[in-house]
Amino acid sequence: MGDQRAKRNEDKGQGVSPTREMPPPDDVSTVSLLRELVAHLRKNRTQLREEWARRITAAKLLGAMSSEEMFAEATSVYDNYVEVLETGAVEALQAYARDLSERIIPRGVETDEVVGIVLLLRDVLARSLFAKYQTDFQLLNRILDAYEPAANRIANTVAVGFVQERERIIRQQQEAIRELSTPVLQVRERLLILPIIGVIDSQRARQLTEQLLRGIRTNRAKVVVIDITGVAAMDATVANHLVQTVEASRLLGATVIVTGLSPEIAQTLVTIGVDLGKMNTVGDLQGGIEEAERLLGYKVAPFSEISQQPI
Amino acid sequence: MEVPILKQGLYLIASIQAALSDLDLVHLRDALAEKVGKFRARGVIVDVTVLDVMDSFASRTLRDLAHMTRLRGAETVIVGIQPEVAFAMVQLGLTLEGVDTALDLEEGLAFLDKKTKRHPSRG
Repeated sequence: MGDQRAKRNEDKGQGVSPTREMPPPDDVSTVSLLRELVAHLRKNRTQLREEWARRITAAKLLGAMSSEEMFAEATSVYDNYVEVLETGAVEALQAYARDLSERIIPRGVETDEVVGIVLLLRDVLARSLFAKYQTDFQLLNRILDAYEPAANRIANTVAVGFVQERERIIRQQQEAIRELSTPVLQVRERLLILPIIGVIDSQRARQLTEQLLRGIRTNRAKVVVIDITGVAAMDATVANHLVQTVEASRLLGATVIVTGLSPEIAQTLVTIGVDLGKMNTVGDLQGGIEEAERLLGYKVAPFSEISQQPI
Repeated sequence: MEVPILKQGLYLIASIQAALSDLDLVHLRDALAEKVGKFRARGVIVDVTVLDVMDSFASRTLRDLAHMTRLRGAETVIVGIQPEVAFAMVQLGLTLEGVDTALDLEEGLAFLDKKTKRHPSRG
């Protein structure tokens, strides 16, 4: 084992021997090399940029953008890239990556495309360096030593920026869905309705219960109609949770009427063996509200009927 | 700690002021069962607003209390269970079956008014 490791180190040493034989490049020489590099990239800006754009098109990346847009973005990425190589400060690039992500994510640009174009640029620039310094192998090695870490850092920054932006959007949307998805509405004095739409997982079920119980307290509700017409299916855990919600509401003194159970949900409830004596269910929301009004002692009648009666 | 029991018309109101030990709960149960006869009460309200925990012993004692007072001619209603407490109880399977509950004291009084009017033959 020890032998193997020693051998591997030896191999590695040989692979990069020209630079390793010299003292490691100090900061000053790295900086001067990078400066030389940046000068080269600035001088060949037009040509390298076109080469890069050609490679992007050839690789069928950024298909969602027109070629003019793509070229414009490529230009600013190129300039940012060179600037980071020069200054080593990634903040501006980070901000640019975020801004770019914000613009292109809604247009359906994928993570692999963004990473792909940055890696392509890295490749295009490295090739131009090979071409320039092919006569002087030692210098090429030193240039690459300076170039590679900076280029990797840039690729990393852009990819992370893109993914972060994407995650931020996802979080924001989840938040929005969570807030929108469980309204507790008062339709009459002491009567709440809770329309549930979409898929219920156990996290949403818990949040729903919390909101409902709090709603019962703040609105002093006596009857709650939970309408689950918009829920296609629920698993046994969530169904159990629904039953628990009904019981907890009863402990607060409110009667719960569940309406709009689909055949599948009815089957789930029967399969898990819910005590139907505790569950007050009505076919649809209208029936549920009518039942609730009956419980509360309201009578809803057409105005003509009421006016005929002597007061 | 002793729970004060107040007489209000035909009802007795036990207003719990602080967390109770098991023994306190048993005392409360026995005191209410006795006073229902003494004051010829028709209803009992137990206010548990301040309790932030309700364990199995407490809920069983409250259930027993409700059943005992019913046998002695008075309806019991538990009021003021907090939302979090309610959900925790349900998760533990403590659903106070056969016991009436209401949101707060006011609701409890309204509930008893309705319930005792419905059985005019009693008392």
